[in-house]
Amino acid sequence: MIQADLNTILPEILLSVYAMVALVAAVYTGKDKIAPMLTWLTAAAFVLIGVWIGMSGDGSNAAFDGMFMDDAFSRFAKVAILLSAAAVLVMGQDYMQRRGMLRFEYPILVTLAVVGMMMMVSAGDLMALYMGLELQSLALYVVASMRRDSVKSTEAGMKYFVLGALSSGLLLYGASLVYGFAGTTKFAGIIEAAGHGQTPLGLLFGLTFVTAGLAFKVSAVPFHMWTPDVYEGAPTPITAFFATAPKIAAMGLFARVLHDAFGGVVGDWQQILALLSVLSMFLGAVAAIGQTNIKRLMAYSSIAHMGYALMGLAAGTAFGVEAMLVYMAIYVTMNIGTFAFILSMEKDGQPVVDITSLNMFSKRDPVKALAVLLLMFSLAGVPPLVGFFGKFYVLRAAYDAGLAWLAVMGVIASVIGAFYYLRIVYYMYFGEENDDLDKNRAPVLHVFLVVSAAMMLLGIVNLFGIEGAAQAASMALVK
Amino acid sequence: MTIAALAFWLFSICVIAGGFFTVVSRNPVHSVLWLILAFLSSAGLFVLLGAEFVAMLLIIVYVGAVAVLFLFVVMMLDVDFAELKAGMAQYLPLALLIGVVLLMQLGMALGVWQFADGAEAARAAVTPTDTHNTAALGLILYDQYFLLFQLAGLILLVAMIGAIVLTLRHRKDVKRQNVLHQMWRDPKDAMELKDVKPGQGL
Repeated sequence: MIQADLNTILPEILLSVYAMVALVAAVYTGKDKIAPMLTWLTAAAFVLIGVWIGMSGDGSNAAFDGMFMDDAFSRFAKVAILLSAAAVLVMGQDYMQRRGMLRFEYPILVTLAVVGMMMMVSAGDLMALYMGLELQSLALYVVASMRRDSVKSTEAGMKYFVLGALSSGLLLYGASLVYGFAGTTKFAGIIEAAGHGQTPLGLLFGLTFVTAGLAFKVSAVPFHMWTPDVYEGAPTPITAFFATAPKIAAMGLFARVLHDAFGGVVGDWQQILALLSVLSMFLGAVAAIGQTNIKRLMAYSSIAHMGYALMGLAAGTAFGVEAMLVYMAIYVTMNIGTFAFILSMEKDGQPVVDITSLNMFSKRDPVKALAVLLLMFSLAGVPPLVGFFGKFYVLRAAYDAGLAWLAVMGVIASVIGAFYYLRIVYYMYFGEENDDLDKNRAPVLHVFLVVSAAMMLLGIVNLFGIEGAAQAASMALVK
Repeated sequence: MTIAALAFWLFSICVIAGGFFTVVSRNPVHSVLWLILAFLSSAGLFVLLGAEFVAMLLIIVYVGAVAVLFLFVVMMLDVDFAELKAGMAQYLPLALLIGVVLLMQLGMALGVWQFADGAEAARAAVTPTDTHNTAALGLILYDQYFLLFQLAGLILLVAMIGAIVLTLRHRKDVKRQNVLHQMWRDPKDAMELKDVKPGQGL
């Protein structure tokens, strides 16, 4: 039996072994000197395993007595996590190396965080959920404060750590209440115990606490306070990482808990999620208006986007989960492109984060400016770009589930939010003349920016076929 | 009231009081001592539940190692705790209000606690009657919970890497021992033998 179980978690085992071997190898050889090579190697390993997971595997397999679920849903999320983490590693390598922050522990910690994320989206048990979550979070706390000589970076790490610990406490308390009700931590057991119509107060409390703990991880309002500070304080490549893979993992985990464990009491969590969703969309849209720091702006943008993804979840249907997955995939693609651009913004070799420095950028670099324009329009959800389809999906899911008011709110928030994306475009095309940004030398960033912008345009045809995969994934999750 | 029930109430009150005073006491060293009381009382509760191994672990690991480490950290760090707590009075009324509301809600939830129909039967690892719980823990930890056990190991690895990444500094201004350098040193270059005649001096 153990053989079959080990086969099911083979990708996770391989990645963990890779992390440990790389750690020992790097310590005994060149240490930080081999960090660039290690970063590329890690990215290659992510891509290989991602492709392998995407190609192989069919049906739903449960391993370790249902603690680990390998199904279409987890495979979809894992492929997205692995590919986005690989992209972010490759993007940040040059930036970090030139500033002397590229330490060999960085790719290793990212690998371990990715293992944690893969566990999260595959969790079939409250304990496995918590283990995956902590593995991920702990590695993220460390990379956030990696630049220990910078006050902002250490502050970001500290804030993230304290609030993350608080959210873990909420989650654990909720989990203990749920266990107290159901007598088991397995999702399969919980859904059986909680599936009979009316919910007792204790279970409701447990559900609420678990939801609050997870909302912290996806940075949904009112649990979002850490996001802007952490995004601003962490080194930009690490911010790019925070904005992509962990978000997919947390959303995947959210969907898995809600449907696998609490699928019988949809009505009870639907209202919580709808509230989180509305608040996130509006706060993300309104609070970003005053920001001139592009990293803080992206933080509020991610809060707003999480609101839309939560709207898909709030629908509580298979189509809602499908919409959420499609939305997350699109969101991550847009963010990779945008952060490739932010990483390339520098003046005299120093990174620049002020959006006014983009004044008349279109004159200096029309190709890049056009790519950013496409990305910004897509982030704002302007039709016919791909970002619009993501929003369209979640709005339709909410509407179909009888949450028409939520969909209307989403449209209003989207219009408000469009302002600050368009402001960046305005600066680039119609701003005043000012000092030039450096011509960036890193071709990798250019490639990521242009490819992701091109995907925003070319994806209109069929969204690169992710709909089918997302549909299969949602079917596997919502029975 | 039986002895067990009496002990339960005693330990529970001690845990809550310990937790409360950990938060409110002015002197951080006192806080740690209250924390130790909370740990010890929880160990008592575990003994009452029949989990004596966990109880002993709690004492050995948490009281013996973690709390003592805390004590050292608190005493050695030059942190002005009074200043850290300065803002507390300002937020206290609101915090108290929220705390009381939460407490009342939890009281409501726990007061009408309901178990699921199959909850008794669903429990994964019921305390076995025929073995010690040390042995029973070993049996499930490396078997049923193998995956979680290994993950816990990975988490500890991350913690270790993190601690090293965030604190290890290679200082250039410190003299270090270079063993090879020491061994290859030629006595001829380093010292000179002088034959001092008695009564003459140098």
